[in-house]
Amino acid sequence: MTQKSKVRLATTSRYTLMILLAAIFALPLLFMVISSFKPGLQILQDSSSLRAFLPVGDLSMQNYFDAFDRAPVARFIFNSILVTTVTLALGLFFCSLAAFALACLRWKGQGIVLTIIIATFIVPFETIAVPLLMIVSRLPTIGAEGFSYGWLNTYHVQIIPFIVDAFTIFLFVQFFKSLPYDLIEAARIDGASWFQIYARIIVPVSGPVFATAAILKGLVMWNQYLWPIMVVQSEQYRPVMVGLGYFFQLNTAWGEIMAYLSVITIPILVLFLSLQRVFVESIASSGIKG
Amino acid sequence: MKNQRRLWLVAALLVTTLIVLAACGGQSTPPPAAPAEEEAPAEAAAPAEESVAEESADDAVTEAPGAEEAAESAVEAEEEQAEDAVASSGDAIPLSMWYHGAGNDEERVVITQIIDDFNASQDQYVVEMQDFPQNSYNESIVAGALAGNLPDIIDMDGPIMPNWAWSGYLAPLDLPEGTLDGYLPGAIGRWDDQVYSVGLWDAAVAMFARRSVLEENDIRIPTLEEPWTKDEFDAALETLQATGEFEYAFDPGMAWTGEWYPYAFSPFLQSFGGDIIDRETYLSAEGVLNGPEAVEFGEWWQSLFERGLAPGTSQDSADRDTGFIDGRYALQWNGNWAAVPALEAYGDDMLFLPAPDFGNGPTIGAASWQFGVSADSEHQEGANDFVVFALQPKYSAAFSDVLGLAPTTVEAAAMTENYAPGGPLEVFYELSKQQALIRPPTPAYLSAALVFEKALADIANGADVVTSLDAAVDEINADIDANNGYGFQ
Repeated sequence: MTQKSKVRLATTSRYTLMILLAAIFALPLLFMVISSFKPGLQILQDSSSLRAFLPVGDLSMQNYFDAFDRAPVARFIFNSILVTTVTLALGLFFCSLAAFALACLRWKGQGIVLTIIIATFIVPFETIAVPLLMIVSRLPTIGAEGFSYGWLNTYHVQIIPFIVDAFTIFLFVQFFKSLPYDLIEAARIDGASWFQIYARIIVPVSGPVFATAAILKGLVMWNQYLWPIMVVQSEQYRPVMVGLGYFFQLNTAWGEIMAYLSVITIPILVLFLSLQRVFVESIASSGIKG
Repeated sequence: MKNQRRLWLVAALLVTTLIVLAACGGQSTPPPAAPAEEEAPAEAAAPAEESVAEESADDAVTEAPGAEEAAESAVEAEEEQAEDAVASSGDAIPLSMWYHGAGNDEERVVITQIIDDFNASQDQYVVEMQDFPQNSYNESIVAGALAGNLPDIIDMDGPIMPNWAWSGYLAPLDLPEGTLDGYLPGAIGRWDDQVYSVGLWDAAVAMFARRSVLEENDIRIPTLEEPWTKDEFDAALETLQATGEFEYAFDPGMAWTGEWYPYAFSPFLQSFGGDIIDRETYLSAEGVLNGPEAVEFGEWWQSLFERGLAPGTSQDSADRDTGFIDGRYALQWNGNWAAVPALEAYGDDMLFLPAPDFGNGPTIGAASWQFGVSADSEHQEGANDFVVFALQPKYSAAFSDVLGLAPTTVEAAAMTENYAPGGPLEVFYELSKQQALIRPPTPAYLSAALVFEKALADIANGADVVTSLDAAVDEINADIDANNGYGFQ
């Protein structure tokens, strides 16, 4: 076998493997989108053959029209976008600030505090859901109707408990610790305050970790299910994952489910793709390569 | 500079979102008397009150001694009466109601009609419904109870009712005498000798079959009076499987995990002579879920899968939905909600057969969604009035027509398209009437149902029958003990 043939074989093998891997991840999405244009019965009939991935048969937009008729899809998407966006904005800010204090400042007990924060990893949300529910149902709030008690049926009950979380703080801490401490010392000598160091030195070079945290936290927030069904009874505040339940009736509307899933996947794909670009740009422009 | 600008932009965004959040915070705990002006009866009441206010104001003008005083009195009287009018229009007490049917437009039409009719029938209460997706409804109720946020009127799945009543979520209903005369037993939710819930329909399960298939294979068509025996049913399955025309002779519906397992399969166990819980004491599953009859059931159940007569737990839900209609399954154990599509597929060839008799009488499950009143309701009387109002036969018939489920009385059945005498689904009404047995009415059922489901899935997958049933009994008994017998002694 010549050298050229060996290279060609290696390239072919590599691409075959990559195509297979890509197919594993892409085919479910393709199935979802293609099925969203098929009648429910045809989806079930095609599901055991390759036709499931092909735009064949009786294709139409009917499932989309029916899905929007059956449930207030636009409202659910708006709610999820609002909750996810606000939680992300506040979460990235506060989590990175906490991580900055834990990784870059020197103060007594920071190790213990970090250990306690990391220890909360082992507590699943289901464990604290009930106590948290009882707390938020009694907290005071001020709204259009004046002062009252209870956060149920609001946007902020879906946001505030999730702004700060141990995993995101840990992610930031690990990244900030990898930054050269000389940068911070130099800024201190130049007279920068701690917040200035955070805002002008740390944040600009931390694009990758911000993008990573945004993607991970964004996914968690977009997929929220247990908490909303506990704290939101009003349809007005329901997020997309709770809305999915509208399509599971005695006879499941598979076509509408696929249409609904296709629609609610778009925002999270947009988030991922937009942050992927930031992620690459941040690495290219950070200027810190060791 | 660019980064600084970005930072300011982020800060501005944060402030804006906080303002938005603050503005959105007004929908929390509603005041006890939420405005009811949008509802028809309140609207109808308001103009009448306004006219009274105007008349009183006019009277005040004529009767007052001085012009200025008269004017002042008139204004005061007008203001007072206007306030009274507003108060009066809000006199219709709002009754909150949670319902499990979000996304089901046909069902929503009927329940909305009942609410509108009730609201128009009197001016004391106004029912306001909030519907939920069914698959998360129970969790929402439990969370609502924990947060002290339950509505006045609750609908619930029948077998869950005893647990919620025992947990203190529900108040017993106060029904006028004779209300439940002639009612299907499965539609009545009793706990502790009191009625806590009543349904407007009941679900029934039957053996879906095709006349032509049975006749071609010389299999007797069973009747309510003479259902298949265990041997007959087994022989029928073997015969049908041997034809080679079907992937499986029998589809019990293993793909439908969850409540389907105890609802659909515990009747087989009961027909063998066993049960999920001992109904004499409700304190143990010992002897009923692992006694000789239960073991016999378990061995028969396992043999269905070992002999290749039925698809196992790996059955795809798509196959469950289409397998019988596509002709890949000869017989299917299915509910009346799936009967209309089957009729459309096979027409006159379609048969809905009674449950086989495995030795202790043929049995099918019973109890579907029912209405009840919250124990926390400040207006239990009004909530109770609504439930009583909703129990009219015409509403039961309307639900039956849109859902395909069985109406609750003969009178209601006569009003339906499918369950009227001679109707294509009439047999389901008789099945409910003659064979239905509600799942054990005990708070322990909630936990026992999950244990039963796991045991049946394990046995279907080849686990040792006796060991699986013993483990299930231990788990159910441990739960009953941990809850001090759930009130039973």
